[in-house]
Amino acid sequence: MSTVRLQSVSKRFAETPVVHDVSLDVGEGELVALLGPSGSGKTTLLRLIAGFERPDGGRVFIGGEDVTDVDALRRRCGMVFQHYALFPHMSVAENVAYGLANEKLDRNATAARVAEALALVDLAGLENRAVTALSGGQQQRVALARALAPRPSVLLLDEPLSNLDPSLRERTRRELRELIDRIGITTVLVTHEQEEAFALADRVALLMKGVLAQVGPPEDLYLRPASSSVATFVGRATRVAGRKVDVSGDQVTVAVLGQEFSVPGANLAAETAGAEVDVLFRPEALTIDDAGAITGTVLRRRFTGAADLLTIAIGEVEVEVAATPERVSPGDQVRLTATGSGIHAYPRARSA
Amino acid sequence: MKRALPALLLVALLWLVLEPLLLVAVEAFSFDGGWSLRAVREFLVEPNEWRAAWNSLWLAVASVVLAGTLGTALALLTRLVAFPGRKVVAALLALPAVLPPLVGVVAFLFLYGESGIIARSVMAITGSTTPPWRFEGAPAVLLIHTTTMYVYPYLLVRGALASFDPALLEAASSLGASRARALRTVVLPLLRPAIGNGALLVALSSLASFSAPYVFGGGFRVLPTQLVSTRLNGDIQVAMVETLVLVALALIALASASRLGGPGVRGAGKGLSPAPRRSGASMGAMVAGWLATFWLLLPHLALLLVSFVPVGAWTTSALPESYTLGNYLALVAEPARWRPFGTSLWMATLAAMAAALVALLVAVVGRDPGRRLSRWLEAALALPWAVPGTVYAIALATMFSVNQPAAGRFILIGTLWLLPLAYLVRSLPITGRAMMAAIRGLDPTLDEAAATLGASRWRVFRTITLPLLGPALAGATALAFVTGLGDFMTSVILYTYDTRPVSLEILGAIRQGEIGVAAAYDVVLAMISTAAFVLAERRSGATG
Repeated sequence: MSTVRLQSVSKRFAETPVVHDVSLDVGEGELVALLGPSGSGKTTLLRLIAGFERPDGGRVFIGGEDVTDVDALRRRCGMVFQHYALFPHMSVAENVAYGLANEKLDRNATAARVAEALALVDLAGLENRAVTALSGGQQQRVALARALAPRPSVLLLDEPLSNLDPSLRERTRRELRELIDRIGITTVLVTHEQEEAFALADRVALLMKGVLAQVGPPEDLYLRPASSSVATFVGRATRVAGRKVDVSGDQVTVAVLGQEFSVPGANLAAETAGAEVDVLFRPEALTIDDAGAITGTVLRRRFTGAADLLTIAIGEVEVEVAATPERVSPGDQVRLTATGSGIHAYPRARSA
Repeated sequence: MKRALPALLLVALLWLVLEPLLLVAVEAFSFDGGWSLRAVREFLVEPNEWRAAWNSLWLAVASVVLAGTLGTALALLTRLVAFPGRKVVAALLALPAVLPPLVGVVAFLFLYGESGIIARSVMAITGSTTPPWRFEGAPAVLLIHTTTMYVYPYLLVRGALASFDPALLEAASSLGASRARALRTVVLPLLRPAIGNGALLVALSSLASFSAPYVFGGGFRVLPTQLVSTRLNGDIQVAMVETLVLVALALIALASASRLGGPGVRGAGKGLSPAPRRSGASMGAMVAGWLATFWLLLPHLALLLVSFVPVGAWTTSALPESYTLGNYLALVAEPARWRPFGTSLWMATLAAMAAALVALLVAVVGRDPGRRLSRWLEAALALPWAVPGTVYAIALATMFSVNQPAAGRFILIGTLWLLPLAYLVRSLPITGRAMMAAIRGLDPTLDEAAATLGASRWRVFRTITLPLLGPALAGATALAFVTGLGDFMTSVILYTYDTRPVSLEILGAIRQGEIGVAAAYDVVLAMISTAAFVLAERRSGATG
């Protein structure tokens, strides 16, 4: 097992910077998800680790060894591709055995390793099937078995679940995490779905426009987003213009929606009192409360299962609020109160 | 090593495709060991030469219009309209693509010729003793071009329609467009690249067409026939000037085709072939489809019929009265008769293998379309395609009649090796392009997957690229094989008695009045060609 370290890695394609000065450490046996919108450079970052791209600046280390100038075929990362890239002219067993060729095993030893890898992904007995005859879920697992069969030191997963049905995805996600825990392999995963990153990863590295916006455990990203763009990408949030009022300890008071709210203050340390700020409200930041000080009108109601998502007009602005079902309907006047969490304030973004 | 192979390949290609043409140009301007414009002057002052050039030009344009319209219409009919037997019609219409070219031309003699089946039927009905028409001159050549060359636009447009998103048609009709408007405003614009490529193939084939004007032209001279007779008269320099004029016309065709084709519009479709529409028009479509198929295959049927007719037994009746296997037996009775089959077979096989190998190498080296080397390789590949076959034959004859090893020139003329080499060069554009398209269609992540599993470049090539290219390689080899097997244009210029291919034997049989034997030759040739394609298909079925 091994660690992965990216040291100030940059990559540009035809003068367009795709990855800019990214430093990231993935610890022994850790699962880190590279999360970001499309075009954020997350796949390029994965390909830099795999060795398909050479960085224009910075170094790549695997297991403490500088592999920046090492070919993909000598880095021996196990990789699962988005569309699996199974060799269509080979059987399941031939696909899985492909990476074992360099070990010069005899036929029985190879068969044993193939069987072992297939057993890992719960596909024992499918050795002689044509890969084209498998279902999407089975193909995904063959791709995983093929990547793991040579016992790589690092596992790279490029959107491994994006081609599966939603119903299958949930189960596969759980099985994938269990499998990775069982073999304890250092894993880097690329995904554009926050839910997937949160469910699978020990830590999430959020990439935006080629820059690492925030790295940390999922709850950090959600509860303590480092910037308003992180807050809006990770989970839902409504951005409202406000003003910094006062500091008390590590909390800041901001004025917004005609009220004053106390929020975590680290982000606003550099702002002077009275400065314009952006205040972000998560759906759980406000709740319907007949004794609440804020009044608003319900505009829309969207059923999401566990809770309704209400769009409520408060003065000039519209805020999304989570509420338990059947209490209100569009047109109703409601009173709201702050729950004490889910409100974040940031210096005013230039575009906002 | 990484750079040596591509460089070597490019040099080899330039040696094979560019140097012969340059030598032709040099020859055209040389006289008595010095430079001279004499040949150019002679070409310019001779009205016959101008007429031949003009004939070549308008024949090419007319062929493009007629064959292009026919081929496109048939492709649209068999893809977009449902009618009984649609799939059979579609397959039968593609059949002429696998038949050797000379077969088609000679077949017309038996069908439309003065003593062909149709002329005789008319004579039998009217009781006349003189043929109702002479199948000769420009109209005859144009008819032959239309009915043989439609197959290029037909196949290309069908291919393009295969990846045409049917939702586009549905979208057009949901927006209130009539079927005609959808065709005009949606289908045809998206088919422009395919139609442009088809038109180009027709134009180049028409410019290069030798056998049709040679056999049926009569007084109607075009550049290819003109330059062969100039050459026979011994004026090599003037023949070279004629050659250059022909190349110039071909380049004009290439330039106009890329305009007609326009910048290819890449559809965002899903790559499903459109479901044919069922509608009231299916009756008319069925009649049209079957009639066109019958008409276009008629020459081949006539050929089959004639191959069973005893020599001299069919003189006045509309259809032959007696049949025999004698013509086929005649082919195997004498060594002089069957030996050309052996010659054609080994020459075509050798050329096909070599062409496949070169095409594969070019494809591997030129896989990345963005690299400058790839563009050079593509241009080198396309060159023989833009130059008529007769021209290439003459160019190769020029190149390999001198021993200058330093310039890559050896005396090959009169040896066994010149014809296979000519076949190889002639088939390179098709085989090369086919392989290039195939390798670029491969999923590059397969290579990356193999690399993460520790496979070296060579192992990736051997275990992933090559097996996946198998079907395309088999198809390209078969195509090169059939091109060589049926070749007449280059063979007629480069053959020697010992390397006499079947196509010249056919010509000889026709000249001696042994029409049945010529037809039997053709039928056997067509069967071998079909067998080659079936074999290739099998092979690709096994690996794909």
